Amino acid sequence: MPKATNTDDSEPSDGVQIDLISGERMDGMATMEKIRMILDGVHDGNIVILEEGLTPDEESRLIEVTMAEISPDEFNGIEIETYPKSEARDSSLLGRIMGSDKVETKLTVIGPANQIETLHKDETLISALVSRN
Amino acid sequence: MGLFTELKDSISRVTDRLFSEQEPKRIGIYGPPNAGKTTLANRIARDWTGDAIGAESHIPHETRRARRKENVDIERNGKTVTIDIVDTPGVTTKVDYEEFTDELDEEDAIRRSREATEGVAEAMHWLREDVDGVIYVLDSAEDPITQVNTMLIGIIESRDLPVLIFANKTDLEDSSVKRIEDAFPQHTTVPLSAKEGDNMDEVYDKIAEFFG
Repeated sequence: MPKATNTDDSEPSDGVQIDLISGERMDGMATMEKIRMILDGVHDGNIVILEEGLTPDEESRLIEVTMAEISPDEFNGIEIETYPKSEARDSSLLGRIMGSDKVETKLTVIGPANQIETLHKDETLISALVSRN
Repeated sequence: MGLFTELKDSISRVTDRLFSEQEPKRIGIYGPPNAGKTTLANRIARDWTGDAIGAESHIPHETRRARRKENVDIERNGKTVTIDIVDTPGVTTKVDYEEFTDELDEEDAIRRSREATEGVAEAMHWLREDVDGVIYVLDSAEDPITQVNTMLIGIIESRDLPVLIFANKTDLEDSSVKRIEDAFPQHTTVPLSAKEGDNMDEVYDKIAEFFG
């Protein structure tokens, strides 16, 4: 599977690269493949947007791997944002009746901690400021 | 006769332990840095065992290793609930050593940040593998809707662990317990000030009810 990189051969511009990764692309990837893909992008200074987010277990492992890669003056970690889970969606009657164990998907934005700053977040809106380091 | 009585008592103690007692549940104290987790852990440990668990500090990431206090017997309504308390490092997705350079020299700040990252990883590992229930501590003077809180509560829920949310620091002027109740309506929120010892009776009632 091709890595998300600059598609032309020119030098990187002053802009910020945003990788929008579809749920389809994430399907079938192992947890560590997803984490590696995310952190490789973030290490390159990219903003990674996941259409369907991560499972709680994957989020927990992402935190753990991120911590192992933090290095003074090089990498301070990640900023990650998803919508908070609302009570209404959490207790979906249909989901309970169907016994669905499918994890609810949620758009997730991940970037280098020193380049992305959350300005506002509520259950329906995430507003973030992205800067070029 | 003395030997026989002693032997009988000894066998009785062993069978009591085998058949009457279950292993104490390990209750992890989780939350973001500086929520007052160690202050709470120390308050509980001092109230029921006389000992503290760890050092408290206003500098974030004072706790950089998970620490367990075993066999804390909490007595409620004539019953005793025995738990192990696991005080964990505050969870975050980023650590910048420059946060600490106001109060520490650069070398100590770098060491603190490195230990802090190891501590966060350790806390996540405990959560996935080694705790039976969670006390999630929040500073009630701060906005509870943060990514770390949302993710951690999601992780705890996905593991079906019993969880109590403690709205700590109610002694602060900006404290709002309702803000926390509104953020996590699916869970029980208990207000307290671990530092001042306020509302600890309800804290212990709820611990016994949820984790007993």
